[in-house]
Amino acid sequence: MTMAQEVRASDEKKLRKREWSNFLTGILFLLPSLLLFGVFLFYPMVRTVYLSLFLTSSQGVPIVFVGWDNFFALFQSTSFQLSAKATALFVLYTVPASVLLATALAVLANQKLKGIGLFRTMFSATMGMSVAASSVIWMFLFNPSIGLFNRILAALNIPGIQWLLDPQYALLSVSIATIWMNTGFAFLILLGGLQNIDSSLYESAKIAGVSDACQLRKITLPMLSPTLFFVTTVTLINAFQTFGQIDLLTKGGPMESTNVIVYSIYKDAFINYNVGSASAQAVLLFAAVLIVTVIQFKIGERKVHYQ
Amino acid sequence: MSTGKRILLYITLTVSGLVMVFPILYAFLISFMQGGELLQGSFWPESFSLVNYAAAFERVPLLMYLWNSLLVSVLIMAGQLILCSLAAFAFVFIEFRGREWIFYLFISTMMIPWEATMVPNFQTVQSLGWLNSYAGLSIPFFAMAFGTFLLRQQFKTIPKELYEASQIAGISKLRFFTGVVLPVAKTTMTTLAIYSFLTAWNMYLWPLLVTNNEANRTVQIGLKQMQTQEIASDWGVVMAGVMIVILPTLILLFAGQKRLQEGLTQGALK
Amino acid sequence: MRKVELKEITKTYDGKIDVLSSIDVTIEPGEFFVLVGPSGCGKSTMLRMIAGLESITSGELALDGKRANALPPSERDLSMVFQNYALYPHLTVEQNITFGLHVKKISKKEQKVRCEEVCEMLGLTPYMKRKPKELSGGQRQRVALARAVVTEAPLCLMDEPLSNLDAKLRAKMRSEIRQLQRKLGLTMIYVTHDQTEAMTMADRMMILSNGRVQQIGRPLDVYNHPDNLFVASFIGSPPMNLIEAEVSDSMLTADGHWVMPIPNEKKWLLREDKVMLGIRPEHIKLAKESEPGFFVQVANVEVLGTETLVTFDFGEKSQWVAKWSGQYDILPGTKLRITVDNKHYAFFSVKNGKRLDRSPIPAAVKKVSS
Repeated sequence: MTMAQEVRASDEKKLRKREWSNFLTGILFLLPSLLLFGVFLFYPMVRTVYLSLFLTSSQGVPIVFVGWDNFFALFQSTSFQLSAKATALFVLYTVPASVLLATALAVLANQKLKGIGLFRTMFSATMGMSVAASSVIWMFLFNPSIGLFNRILAALNIPGIQWLLDPQYALLSVSIATIWMNTGFAFLILLGGLQNIDSSLYESAKIAGVSDACQLRKITLPMLSPTLFFVTTVTLINAFQTFGQIDLLTKGGPMESTNVIVYSIYKDAFINYNVGSASAQAVLLFAAVLIVTVIQFKIGERKVHYQ
Repeated sequence: MSTGKRILLYITLTVSGLVMVFPILYAFLISFMQGGELLQGSFWPESFSLVNYAAAFERVPLLMYLWNSLLVSVLIMAGQLILCSLAAFAFVFIEFRGREWIFYLFISTMMIPWEATMVPNFQTVQSLGWLNSYAGLSIPFFAMAFGTFLLRQQFKTIPKELYEASQIAGISKLRFFTGVVLPVAKTTMTTLAIYSFLTAWNMYLWPLLVTNNEANRTVQIGLKQMQTQEIASDWGVVMAGVMIVILPTLILLFAGQKRLQEGLTQGALK
Repeated sequence: MRKVELKEITKTYDGKIDVLSSIDVTIEPGEFFVLVGPSGCGKSTMLRMIAGLESITSGELALDGKRANALPPSERDLSMVFQNYALYPHLTVEQNITFGLHVKKISKKEQKVRCEEVCEMLGLTPYMKRKPKELSGGQRQRVALARAVVTEAPLCLMDEPLSNLDAKLRAKMRSEIRQLQRKLGLTMIYVTHDQTEAMTMADRMMILSNGRVQQIGRPLDVYNHPDNLFVASFIGSPPMNLIEAEVSDSMLTADGHWVMPIPNEKKWLLREDKVMLGIRPEHIKLAKESEPGFFVQVANVEVLGTETLVTFDFGEKSQWVAKWSGQYDILPGTKLRITVDNKHYAFFSVKNGKRLDRSPIPAAVKKVSS
C-alpha cells in the first residue's frame, strides 16, 4: 500500500466508525418505540393471523391447525353476515354525516365575529367527552319512558319508539349518538384547516366581486380538501373500530342488529372463548381497514388539492 | 358584513351550538334532579343540591377510580411524550442507514387497527402478570406513530444550523436533545400532552379487558358499573357520575382548544 | 492562527455532477480569506467541508499541515457564524455565548469571565440577560460573533453573516468584523455573494462559479486583472461593460462603431476574428476637443452625490455605464462624445471567456504611507 492509500483507508475507517456510532445512537433513540410496537402491535398482529388458522382452547391456546376453516365458517355463519352488514351500515350512517356536520359547523365558526370563541368551544365540546360518558347520556335520551326523544314524540302525539330495543332503529340510534361524539374532533381539525387558508385568497376574491357561495365552492372547499381527506380517513377507520357505545347502549343487540365487528370479536374472544374465530374476524377487520386506507389514499392522491 | 347577515349568522350559531351542547347541559341539569322530577319530565332541577354527587361517591368507589384514571393517564402521557420525542429526534437529527426503512415501519403501524390485536395483547399482558396493574393499563400505549409524526414536523422547523452549531461546539446529541430541542418544541409538546391525556382518560375497551377488580378500575369502567347497577332507577346519580368524569377533560379541552386545533392540523397535514 | 490547505478537493452528491471540482488553495495563518460567488456556486459547501459538516468526496483538507478529512467538527478547533445566526431561542444572550463551553472543560468561573470580556468587546453587556427575540438584527449578529469569539478557536468560518442586515448596518459590521479579526489574529474564511463585501474585507479572495475556481487573488489584483469574463462581470459595481468586437485589418469595430485601431503591441489580437471587449465604467471619459471619441446618446443618469452613473446606448443593442466622480447635470437624450484610453481595454476570448491579454493593466492604486 502506498502512503496515500493508507491515509485514505484510515480516513474511511474513521468515517465508518462515526457512521456506526450514528447508527447505534439512532437505534437507541428509536428503541423504546420499536420495542413497544414490536411487542404490542407487530407481534400480536402476526399472532392474530396465526391464531386465526387454529382451533383454540378456551384459554386461547392453539390446538389444531385448521387452515382457512375459521374463515369458511365465518362466511357461512349468519351471525357474521349480520355483523358485517351492521358494520357496513354503521360506517355508511356515521362517516358522511359526521364529516358533513363538522364541515358545516367549521365553516360557520370560521367567521370573524364577536364571541365566536364561545361557539367554537361549544362545537368542539364533544372531543372532551369520553365514549362511556357520552353513551350514558344518550342512553337516557333514548330511554323509552322518560327519554327526551319519546317525550318529543309524545308531545307531537306520535307513539313512542323503542330506540335501542327495536332492531329497526337500534343501529340508527347508536349511529346518531356516534355522529354527535365524532363531531368535536372533526370540527377542531377542520377549523384548523380553514384557518390555514391564506386570507389573501378571499381578499382578492372579494375585490373581484365573487359571491360567498362561489367563494365556498371555489376557494374554501378545494383548499380544505387535504384536511377533509384526513378527517374522512380518520373517521372511517374509527367507525370500523367502534366498541364503547355498542357495549354500553345495546350490547350488540337486539337480534345482533348492532353487533359491529369489534364487538363481535370481543364477544367471541372474551365471552364465548372462541379465540380462533375472533382472530379470523380480527384478520378480516385488519384487511378491511387496510383496503379502505389504500383506496382512500389512491383516490386522495388524485382528487385532493395539496398546497 | 351587513347587519341582517350578521344576525342570521348569530342565530344559526346559537341554535347549532345549543343543539351540540344540549346533551351535556341536560345531563348537568339531571345530575341535580331527584327521581320524581325526572318522571314529571322537568328540565330544570328544583334545587341545585349536591345530594346526587355525594351518592355517586358512595355507591361506587369513584374517588379511587378517579385516582386510577389520573395515574394511568399521566403515565401514558409521560410515556408517549418521552418515546415520541426520542423517536422524532432520531428521525430529524440523526442520519443513519435504515432510517427511512424504520420510518415506513412507523407509518405502517397506523394501518393496524389496535382492536384487531387485542386478543394476543390480552394474552401477553396476562402472561406478564400485568392484569389489574397500572403497567398493563399504560405501557402498551407508550409508542404512538401519530405523536411521533407531530413532533417530527415540529422538530423539522428547528433550523439545522442550531444542530450544526452544537456539533461544532462538540455538544453531544443527548445534550442537544434535552438542552435545545425539547425546550424549543415546548408548545407542540404541550399540545401532544393534552391530546395524550384526553385520549388516555377516555379509554374504554382496554381497561375493560385488563381490569376486573375495583382497585385498578378506571373511571370510565366505573361509569359502566354505575349504569348497570343503577339501571334507569336513579338517573340523577348516574349523571352526577358522568359530570365528575367529564369535568377534567372538558376543562383541559377548553383551556387547550386553540393549541390542540393548531397542533393537530399541523400533524395531520404536513 | 491557523493554516488551511485544500488540495484537489472535489465534492459530489450523486457521483455524476461535481458540486465542487479540484479546489486547490492555501489559506495562510491570520489571513482574511473571502469566498465569493453567485448563489449555488458551491461556496457554502466548501465552507461546510472545512467545518466538517459535509464530507469530502476526494482530495485532502489539512489544518496546520495535518490531514483533517475525517476529523469531526468538534475536533477541528474552529468556530462558525451562520447566516441565520443559529442562536438558541430559549437561552439568554449569556447562556447562548457560554453554551457548549463546558465541553471544552472550561470552569464555570472562567466561562463567566470570558463571556463578560467578549460582551464588553462587542458592546453586548447591557443585553446579557435578554433572549434573542428581544434583540435587534444587529445585536443578534453580535451575539453570533461573540459565540464564535468566546471559544478562542484560532480559525473562524462565516457563512453570509451580514446578509440579513440592512445596508447601513452591513457597512458598519463589515468594518467591525474586520477589526475584530485583526485584533484577535484570527484566520478567517468568509463566504458571501456580495462582491462589495469581498472587495472591502478580503486579504485575498476566491471567486467561485459552478463549483470551479475562477480566480484567487488580492481584491485589487482581481479587480484590475480579471482572469475571465465571469470575474470581470461579477466583481465591480456597476459591472464592467462588455461588448463583442470584430477584428478586421488592424481595426476593432463593435456594433458598427469604430472602437480603436490595433496598436503594435496588441498585434496578437489579429489572430482572433472576434473578441469580447471589456471596459470599467470609471475608464470611460468625456472626450476633449483634441481627443478621438465617439458619439453616444444618454439613456439614464443616476447622481449619487460623490459620483454620477451615466447609462448610454452603445450601438443598437447594448448599453454601457460610465462612472464619473462629481455631480453632472445631464438630461437623458443628450448626445455626448466619449473616449476611452486604449490601455484600459480588457480583451477576452469569445470562445472560452479567458482573458487574452495577460500583461497587466496599469494599476491605479495610490500608496499612502504614514
